[in-house]
Amino acid sequence: MAVILTRGLTKRYGRVVAVEDLNLEVEEGEVFGLLGPNGSGKTTTILMLLGLTEPTSGEARVLGLDPMREPLKVKARVGYLPDQVGFYGELSAWENLRYTTRLLGLPDGEAQARIEEVLKRMGLWEVKDRKVAAFSRGMRQRLGLAEVLLKRPKVAILDEPTLGLDPEAAREFLELIKGLKAEGITVLLSSHLLHQVQEICDRVGLFHRGRLALLGTVEDLAARVLGGGYEVWVEAVPGLEGPFREVPGVSRVEAEGGRYRVLATRDVRPELARIAVERGALYSLSLRRPSLDEIYAHYFKEVGHAA
Amino acid sequence: MRREGSPWTGLWAVFFKEMADHLSGLRMRILEALILLSALSAVYTGTQTLRQTVGEDPYLYLKLLTTAQDPLPSFVGFLSFFVPLAAIALAFDAVNGEYARGTLSRILSQPIYRDALLFGKFLAGLGTLSVLLLALLLLVLGLGLFTLGVPPGGEEVARILFFFLATLAYAGVWLALGLLFSVLFRQPATAALAALGVWLFFAVFFPILTDLAASALLLRADPFDPESQLRQATLALWISRLSPNTLFAEALTAILNPAVRSLGPILITQLEGAVLGTPLPLFQSLLLVWPQLTGLFALAVLLFTLAYVAFQRQEVRA
Repeated sequence: MAVILTRGLTKRYGRVVAVEDLNLEVEEGEVFGLLGPNGSGKTTTILMLLGLTEPTSGEARVLGLDPMREPLKVKARVGYLPDQVGFYGELSAWENLRYTTRLLGLPDGEAQARIEEVLKRMGLWEVKDRKVAAFSRGMRQRLGLAEVLLKRPKVAILDEPTLGLDPEAAREFLELIKGLKAEGITVLLSSHLLHQVQEICDRVGLFHRGRLALLGTVEDLAARVLGGGYEVWVEAVPGLEGPFREVPGVSRVEAEGGRYRVLATRDVRPELARIAVERGALYSLSLRRPSLDEIYAHYFKEVGHAA
Repeated sequence: MRREGSPWTGLWAVFFKEMADHLSGLRMRILEALILLSALSAVYTGTQTLRQTVGEDPYLYLKLLTTAQDPLPSFVGFLSFFVPLAAIALAFDAVNGEYARGTLSRILSQPIYRDALLFGKFLAGLGTLSVLLLALLLLVLGLGLFTLGVPPGGEEVARILFFFLATLAYAGVWLALGLLFSVLFRQPATAALAALGVWLFFAVFFPILTDLAASALLLRADPFDPESQLRQATLALWISRLSPNTLFAEALTAILNPAVRSLGPILITQLEGAVLGTPLPLFQSLLLVWPQLTGLFALAVLLFTLAYVAFQRQEVRA
């Protein structure tokens, strides 16, 4: 059963269309990335899934519940980390989480045990009595994730989780998100930093002006948009474009002197290596996963030309 | 489409959190100090004046609250000045402050409705003010006991209790106004300024305007027809009653002064058989100000409803 399901979900603000005819299915236990530039409808989609904004038309189901009719049940089971998450600066980390447990209606003993558990897990136990006003951006973000875990959620929705973090903190944070997946929590995350999150997403949906333009695994998308899911860089003697193009599965070869960029629908490294060695020498051979940024840029360039 | 689940889920969590914030906040400390100092000084001068007349007045404690001595206004005068300020100070950043801190979407993603958040904040403000007022009243009573040496009578205590309730209703009006502005304006500073502007209008300009209106109306009355003069005077009174300040002042006058028999013009024939200067029983005084109290309560409910509707329609994202 799909954990998150939308059918024709649409949201308009006056004449402005924020999200148009969104059909989405997120399976249990997967990490799904809602990706796209700012203002492409990611946050609006998330708010509709939580019942915080009313859709203009269409419907959504989260864990089989309608977020408009049963928002309390949905919000009790779904953890949400907003973009630029804020806490009460004059309260300590522990007090902030204590307020959340009260809103969740947890009994005292249970609440304290859970707060200790999540703070320790996020590495914030040592600073639990410090005022949140003194927290760094990365610490706040981890406190936000701690709050999400406080609910013991079935689904975690994270809006721009790595925004504003330095590369090291972002990497650590992505590791924590991977940890959620290992626990069996379904994760829906939104981001405009495509290259950062492509590593951890099982499937992605690319948004463009309120529409879901592309949907699938990164390899699928690369195959569909770039004409090849595999990108191989070869350094060898010049003049090998012809033989490389003959290899079955290769869709494109770009050459610059002795450096080649080969796009293929499968891993063609053994064939390329053999050809290079037969015709002279092979200096280097490397496989690169295509980046989502490239897919995105390429796709919308084509869409732009077509239009 | 019906939504499921109680709108009150989480109400008490919000209430206690907000109340704790208010009571420990610096803003409240400043207000407390201001109110305490001014009220105590007013009561002190009151006891100094009353000491000479102890034993002549059956309602000594009510006098204590209402006696003014130049240049100081009475305790009640101070309160009617400070209560709106305190209420506005507690409410002006209730909702827009949550937006500014980025906490609103996080709180609303917990299993509560917006109803609980707004109503919890309103109740917390009212609770804070009632704690403050009650402490102040008990302090004044204690001080009176100490300096006057006479215990308050049962009727006096009952009247002071109703005075307390009327003040809460009045505070509720300004609290709801502050809450409304905190929903309407994104900047807390704008909301504070707007609320203070409304307060200033009713405290300073509205009496001037009603005075002008009253004299203009009297000029229009036929000088040889007392009935038309009475009509114009009543009309002027009704105009002045559009202000919550007038309603509150009238309610206090009748509750704290048992000798008051009417809050408007009265004909000599209506006084036939009345012994002037004799106090009314509490029940009769309450009957006199029931419309005023209802008016204050209704105004608070109306303003809160407006804030509620505006908040429900607002988008969560900043």
